[in-house]
Formats: sequence, C-alpha cells, structure tokens
Amino acid sequence: MTVQWPLEVARAAGLAVVVFTFLAVVAAMLGVLLERKISGWIQSRLGPKHVGPQGLLQTVADTIKLLQKEHITPRAADVVVFNTAPLIVAVAGLLDWIVIPFGPGLIVRDLNIGVLFFAAMASLTVIGILAGGFASNNKYALLGGLRSASQMISYELPMGMALIAVAMEAGTLSTVGIVEAQQGWLGAFAIRQFPAFVIFLVAATAEVNRVPFDLPEAESELVAGYFSEYTGMRFALFQLGEYAEMFAMAALATTLFLGGWKGPLLPPVVWFLVKMYAVVFFLMWMRWTYPRLRLDQLLNLSWKLLLPAGLLWILITGYRISF
Amino acid sequence: MGELAAFIVLALVTLVPAVVVVTSSNIVRAALALVPTFLGVTGLYILLQAEFVAGIQVLIYAGAITVLILFVIMLTEGGTGVRVRQAHEQQPLGLLAAAVLAGLLLWVLGTTAWPRPDGALPQYTARHIGTTFLTSAVLVFEVTSLVLLVSLVGAIIIAKRER
Repeated sequence: MTVQWPLEVARAAGLAVVVFTFLAVVAAMLGVLLERKISGWIQSRLGPKHVGPQGLLQTVADTIKLLQKEHITPRAADVVVFNTAPLIVAVAGLLDWIVIPFGPGLIVRDLNIGVLFFAAMASLTVIGILAGGFASNNKYALLGGLRSASQMISYELPMGMALIAVAMEAGTLSTVGIVEAQQGWLGAFAIRQFPAFVIFLVAATAEVNRVPFDLPEAESELVAGYFSEYTGMRFALFQLGEYAEMFAMAALATTLFLGGWKGPLLPPVVWFLVKMYAVVFFLMWMRWTYPRLRLDQLLNLSWKLLLPAGLLWILITGYRISF
Repeated sequence: MGELAAFIVLALVTLVPAVVVVTSSNIVRAALALVPTFLGVTGLYILLQAEFVAGIQVLIYAGAITVLILFVIMLTEGGTGVRVRQAHEQQPLGLLAAAVLAGLLLWVLGTTAWPRPDGALPQYTARHIGTTFLTSAVLVFEVTSLVLLVSLVGAIIIAKRER
C-alpha cells in the first residue's frame, strides 16, 4: 500500500487545527464558563452575569483580555524552557483527543493501541509542568511542579490498572473496539467494570490536578503553583491544556465506561457530548464539594488503596474472562 | 521516498537533542532534552510498525524515566537553580568511548547476516506480545517481574530504614 505523504501531512495539519479549535471553544471556553456557573450554583451565587445574555460571553471577553496582555519573562528565568513549557502542556492535552471516538467513524485515527496511546500522551503533561516550575526560578513554582510530578506519577499507576482491566474485558486496546464491546445499558463497563470505573474517576481527577487533588496549585500555600510566573497567552495555554486534559479524561471515561456514542433516538455525537458533559459536571461537582487533601493523604490513597484495589480487580477480571 | 524523509527527520529529532543532553551546562536542561530524544526513538518504532513498543516507549521513557530524573535532580540540594552550571571535564575520554562504541556497532551491523522472514507482519502486535509473554517467553517474563518485585520491596525497606 502506498501512502500519499504530502496528503497525509496536510490532513494531519488540518485535523490538528480542527481539534485545537474544538478544544479551545468547547473545552476551554465553555469549560471555564460551566465551571463558574456551576460553582456559583453550588455556592448559591449567580456566577458571571454581565457580558452577553446570562454572562455567556464572559469567557470570550476573558480570552480577548488574555490575548492582549504582555508576555512577562522573569529576568532570572531559563528563557527557552520557560517558553516551551506551556506548549508541552497544551500539545499533550491536544494529542489525547486523537483516539477519542465521537461517533461511528468520527475519530481522528483508530489506533490499535488507543488506550495505551492516551495514557502515554497524558503522561507527557507532567514534563511541561515540571519544566514550567523549574524554569520560572521561583520556589513556589518549583514546589508546585514537584508536587505535581509526585502526584501524577502516583496516580498514573492506578489509572493504568483501571485501563488494563477494561482492555482485558473488551479484548482490545482500540477505543472504537471498546465502545463496540459494550452492548446495551447493562453492558456498559460502568456496570460490568464498576471498581475500575471508580478507580479511573479518582485517578483521573488527580491526574488533571483538580480539587480534592489540586495540591500542585494550592493557591493558599503556593500562590498558584507551577504557573505563578506566567502571564497573558502562555498562562492561557496552561489553562487550555488543563481543561483539554480534563475534558479528555471525561471523554475517555465516556468511551471506556459509559458506552461512548451509543444510545437510543438521539444521534451518536449528541449522545457522546451528553455523556461527556455529564462526567465533566461530576468532576466539577466533586471540586466544589470536597476540601483539599494533604500530600500524605493523597499519596496514601494512591499507593495503599487504589493500587492494591486495581491489582485485585485485574485478578478478578482475569478470573472472570477466563473461566 | 516519504519513508526516507520521515527517517531523516526522526533521526535529527533524536540526535540533535541528544547532543544537547551531553553538552548542556545545566543539568535540568540536559534532562529535559531527553524528552525529544525519546520521542524521536518512538517515531522510529512507529516507522518500523511496532506501535505497542512505541506507546510503551512514550509512557515509560518520556513520561516516567525523564520525570524520575528531573525529580531526583530537583530534590538534590543545589541541583535545582536555573543558574547552576556544570563543567564537562572528560570530553576527550567521552569522545573516545563514543567512537569505539560506534565502530563496534558498525562492525556488528556490517558483519551480521540479517534474515528476512517471509509473510506479512502480525496485524495486532499487542496481542502477539501478550501471547508470547505467557507461552514461549514465560521464563523471561516471570524473572523480570521478580526483579521488579525485589526492587520494589528494596525501595520500601530503604525508605523505612531512613525514618
């Protein structure tokens, strides 16, 4: 089979633009708005209200504001690394979306190592965070970066365990194959793989550094953590990467556990988005319900509870599918 | 043609940061430069149609080993600063070692007869790797997991003793 190289490169570039736009609009802009509206609702406030109808255009205004702001590079910073770090985070968040199926055939590329690819790309984020923390030459940023590294490394393992259990039950690593392996309401892996679902949700919340696992950017002790020194669009890129990652985790949870695009009556893409936003809502609900954990509690939860539980569940799954 | 172009690009992506790794005067920069090197090797694996190995390469090397190295550097006293500088005092020796290794590798590559098996590549590599691990390569697999278990237990014991 001959591959049309220029065509493939052009296609990849085009898809990158499409996915990036989708993320910037659907994940970051709408995500920030939802976050503020939902937090307002949970705390009996109104949230953004003045820009546009019901405050709908607030994030657009914020984005324009951020685009206009000055780039400040601290004098003592490591300039090259400082400027690269937000890009690593944003690109890693972007690459996650390659293997997310929005509907039958609506996927950038159905890799046969889909789930593994997702885990690998998600693990790249931490390098950007560490690099940003180091290059800022600021002790708060460095501490935030280090906390983030220990946290993300610890929670990658239980997340990997959950992914392995799902892949075992589905018999494939391809995300499309996993969606197709879930038949009907009771066939969704959220039910057949319930422990894996719980482990995945906890680990995913920790991976994207959200409350109750937001120690890397605990504002009351670390200013803002690893992105303390960033301004303007670079700060926005960090935010974009973070929201892209969070939405990617929600999309993966939808794909792996909630039957992906499947559902009655409505078109597949709508079902996918409904399920994804339901998971996003769940993550936001958690954020405004629980207080932050201490670092030792955080690591204990991962190493002493989630990891053994994940290993045990893999054993049970293995027993179930072989006998 | 396209494959050759991809190989050249990937080789550059692998080699240029590798030079930075050994010549950079800042140890954190050197560690960060490992990331593109590992990703370039990943690209080479994909070019060889070994997707599973490529995925593992990113997950383990780019995602975990680099972070581990960075973590160790940043926890070391005085290893964190942007201004930290280090000298390279053994450059002739390093050059000699690299040249000897390169010569040795070229000699082995030149003198080995490369068998070309007939037939297509296996379609689903992850499944084949898994099957091989639990059938013909089961001893290697088990011994490796034992080594990992021992190091895990060792790490816990060392951490406990320090407390």
